[in-house]
Amino acid sequence: MSNKVKIKVISRNPEDYLRATKRDIHKIPRNYDPNLHPLEGPREYVRALNAVKLERVFAKPFIGNLDGHTDGVSTLAKHPSRLAVLASGAFDGEIRLWDLASRKCTRHFVAHEGWVRAISYVPNGQQFISVGDDKTIKTWKAEVKDESDEDPVNTLLSMSVVSGISHHRSKPIFATCGEHCQLWENTRSEPIKVFKWGVDSLHHVAFNQVESNLLASCASDRSVILYDFRESGPLRKVVMELRSNALSWNPMEAFIFTVANEDYNLYTFDVRKLKQPVNVHMDHTSAVIDVDYSPTGREFVSGSYDKTVRIFESLKGHSRDVYHTKRMQRLTSVKWSLDNKYILTGSDEMNIRMWKAKASEKLGILKPRERTALNYADALKDKFSGHPQVKRIARHRHVPKHIINAQKEIKTIKEKNKRKEANRRAHSKPGAVPFVVERKKHVVKEDE
Amino acid sequence: MKDKKMVRYFNTEDNKDEVTKETSQDVKVYKIKPTGRLLKIQKYKKHKIIKNEENIIKEKKFAGKAPINPEKLQHHSRGEGFEGKGVRHPLYALKLKKKENKLKYAQEQAARADILLTEDQGFLEVDEDNRTTGITQQVIVDNVDITAATKSFELNLDFGPYQAKYSRNGRHLLLGSNKGHLAAFDWVTKKLHFEINVMESIHDVSWLHVETMIAAAQKEWLYIYDNTGIEIHCIKRMDKILKMEFLPYHFLLAAVNEFGFMTWLDISIGEIVGHYNNNMGRTPVMTQNPYNATLCLGNSKGVVSLWSPNVKKPLAKILCHKTPLTAIAVDNNGMYMATSGVDRSMKIWDIRNLDGPIQHYKLRSAPNHLEFSQKDMLAVGLGNVVEVYSNCCSQTAEKPYLRHKMGKTIKNFKFCPYEDILGIGTSNGFTSVIVPGSGEPNFDALESNPFQTKKQRKEAEVKALLEKIPAELITLNPYEVMEIDVPSLKDKIETRKSLLYLKPKKVDFTPRKKKKGKTNIARKKIIKEVARKEFINQSIEANKILDMPQKDNGPKQSFGVLDRFVPQPKLKK
Repeated sequence: MSNKVKIKVISRNPEDYLRATKRDIHKIPRNYDPNLHPLEGPREYVRALNAVKLERVFAKPFIGNLDGHTDGVSTLAKHPSRLAVLASGAFDGEIRLWDLASRKCTRHFVAHEGWVRAISYVPNGQQFISVGDDKTIKTWKAEVKDESDEDPVNTLLSMSVVSGISHHRSKPIFATCGEHCQLWENTRSEPIKVFKWGVDSLHHVAFNQVESNLLASCASDRSVILYDFRESGPLRKVVMELRSNALSWNPMEAFIFTVANEDYNLYTFDVRKLKQPVNVHMDHTSAVIDVDYSPTGREFVSGSYDKTVRIFESLKGHSRDVYHTKRMQRLTSVKWSLDNKYILTGSDEMNIRMWKAKASEKLGILKPRERTALNYADALKDKFSGHPQVKRIARHRHVPKHIINAQKEIKTIKEKNKRKEANRRAHSKPGAVPFVVERKKHVVKEDE
Repeated sequence: MKDKKMVRYFNTEDNKDEVTKETSQDVKVYKIKPTGRLLKIQKYKKHKIIKNEENIIKEKKFAGKAPINPEKLQHHSRGEGFEGKGVRHPLYALKLKKKENKLKYAQEQAARADILLTEDQGFLEVDEDNRTTGITQQVIVDNVDITAATKSFELNLDFGPYQAKYSRNGRHLLLGSNKGHLAAFDWVTKKLHFEINVMESIHDVSWLHVETMIAAAQKEWLYIYDNTGIEIHCIKRMDKILKMEFLPYHFLLAAVNEFGFMTWLDISIGEIVGHYNNNMGRTPVMTQNPYNATLCLGNSKGVVSLWSPNVKKPLAKILCHKTPLTAIAVDNNGMYMATSGVDRSMKIWDIRNLDGPIQHYKLRSAPNHLEFSQKDMLAVGLGNVVEVYSNCCSQTAEKPYLRHKMGKTIKNFKFCPYEDILGIGTSNGFTSVIVPGSGEPNFDALESNPFQTKKQRKEAEVKALLEKIPAELITLNPYEVMEIDVPSLKDKIETRKSLLYLKPKKVDFTPRKKKKGKTNIARKKIIKEVARKEFINQSIEANKILDMPQKDNGPKQSFGVLDRFVPQPKLKK
């Protein structure tokens, strides 16, 4: 019988499983049979929990600061094509150019008497234009090769105060705002167009970078005005309950813009339907001063008078992250760098700060294994993001005491209003006190 | 047309031809002026046809990806996916659909990766008219290669019945005897780690997460030794232990003691995470369910109960036998549980669906130990005989796959992971037996690696510690944590209540009791109804019997043509 038996037994040759020399890598045979990997669910959950904890551990967003200004930073301007170049203007009229890679000031000069209100680079990046409180619009060379380059290339005198500037995406046209919105062509000393709409002053103007004929400005009468520079007059305006401080166009969705409002909120509008904002972004505890979109259009950063920087996802109502330091004072200006990796903030106390856009991101080159591990962790975090523990850890942020107190205060105020409304509703005729959605509460009217 | 009507069938054939000609002329022919667009369409059609032909040829040349064996695909499935129903917004439906596609892709990739597995499963084949049952170890050893043959060996040791346990990667073996002999060694190379006598009885032994630490349940307390035999810990909070199980992914050492106390010790932090009395009486019959890390405890009343450290009551209880239980085993997938009682019976249960035994075997004697292998072979210890059954869960196995007789009684046995080996602890030593096809041929080195180096072991230990599953997650369904939490109506209303200043609806959540058959009148009605039906059935049966056509008693007398006048019996309706 024995000669008819066929037998096979597992018998492994160690040579197939051990490395040949010490310099070799270890052999790691894999088998994806689910039976060999029991308790898949709980193990993934624990991994997700660890990943989200590590994310918090590594969340060190502050990279460094650029000091040198002798007065508060009033404005920042990104170079359109070079990541390492930044221009900043201060309340004392000084403009500084920075090399972000070495974190050094490359050039500084007094440009205006009084504030530098705004700076804007010309699309080719060879020049930048600054406006100041002295009613001048000065064009400067971006790079200095000899001494004559240090003087302004061109100085335009405006009849009225100029408080903001924005350059057209491609044409040699820029818009300034002040008493009116004015359009300039760089060769002419007179504005080519002036838009007026019964407003005493405008304090921010922004060209749409995609639909490049559009521009919008924020006015002191609580309105946001839209213009088309091919038309003779302004297009539309929307009046809010409080003043809007700044405005940023979504670089990916041409019809979307976000305004930073004095009432602690940011509002995202659709140009086609200004009657109510698409989204209300809450979380700041004081007036929001500046806003800037990320180049992906998925997120934006906002700086506020409450001494914090917050990052919002453009479709969500609450912030994804909050940045603060002990020494950072009121924010005056925020910018999202064009490589989508950094955030630059200018604040009252003379410093420009560099932050990472993703707090826990590792800077520098990632090895492929590191990259896959991080991708895996991200996928796990996403998969288990709804779990209470994971959610709690991912959402928790330490904020200064003054913010917590302010948040509490805002909460009590909101609750009080809600209670009052509920009482009123309970004691009046049904339907007399209707429910109003939050989005409709803050817009007063839309004019055409 | 009138002429046509006048035509008759006797008319000349020429006429017929004319008619047909006329009809053919009746068909109207439209002449269409070919416009540019029409021409384009025709051109496109022609082109398409040509293209299609080309495609067919091409398909023959390049068939695309190799088809996947549907069985393998099913093996890597993580359950039914999203069907596309019940999602409120099409955008979300689309998102889910995309996610589903990714999962499907992953499943396919995993199934395709099976081709990379290097080793094949063992087997034992004989002629059709023979059975494998009769094949002895000697035959097997003679027919396998030398390295495999060395794996069948026997140790004769003097200190009474031995317990044997393999480490998780199947490389190391731990022996503990009732008389205090404790030894650990690399059984493949036969290199001894240590050998001591603890001078106390040892009731159970267990490897901890790595092969450098072992636990021994001695007469009084639990002791932890390292791989040189040095006592690291004496855990007095766990005393008089009868049986231990180590849960590797939770880092829990679960034990049951003489007084029925269940204890879960987290060995990574030295804390006891669960400690309570099971109120099941003294029982040494315990095993873990590797699928969900619950403990299965069988007691002297024939009840199997499932335990987790979080709940002080059993998660489930099953009356498996009417006699005391002798052994339990759970297979690797957590699908089947085998139980045996002193009534010499062995039953196979589906643990996830405890309706009734799937299989019921009667054995020659009461089994004293049961064990499933990685490939779902079941070893049954009957006094001094080990029988190994293959494929005995989903269908009834008539004869054992292998039978191994020994001259000594069996204490316990374990299948060696990733090897075709069954290690048997006996009354005077340890026997290693080859069981072809019992082990998983391809290990996953990131899960457990028999060829692990010291450094790899250290790294794996750190990783495993980082991924330690908290004891709170031990539940009957381990996938619960991945499932969607669907809120009940009560939860929904509670959350609505927590919203400020909204008047909640008043809902009584206590389920309405349907008193079907519970009240006196209803019960009477039911009884009456049953009686009526029974009467009707009986009467129908009786009628049938009465209606049965009577058999003819023999052939009738024939009158030839006059048969038609013979009176015939009337058929009843």
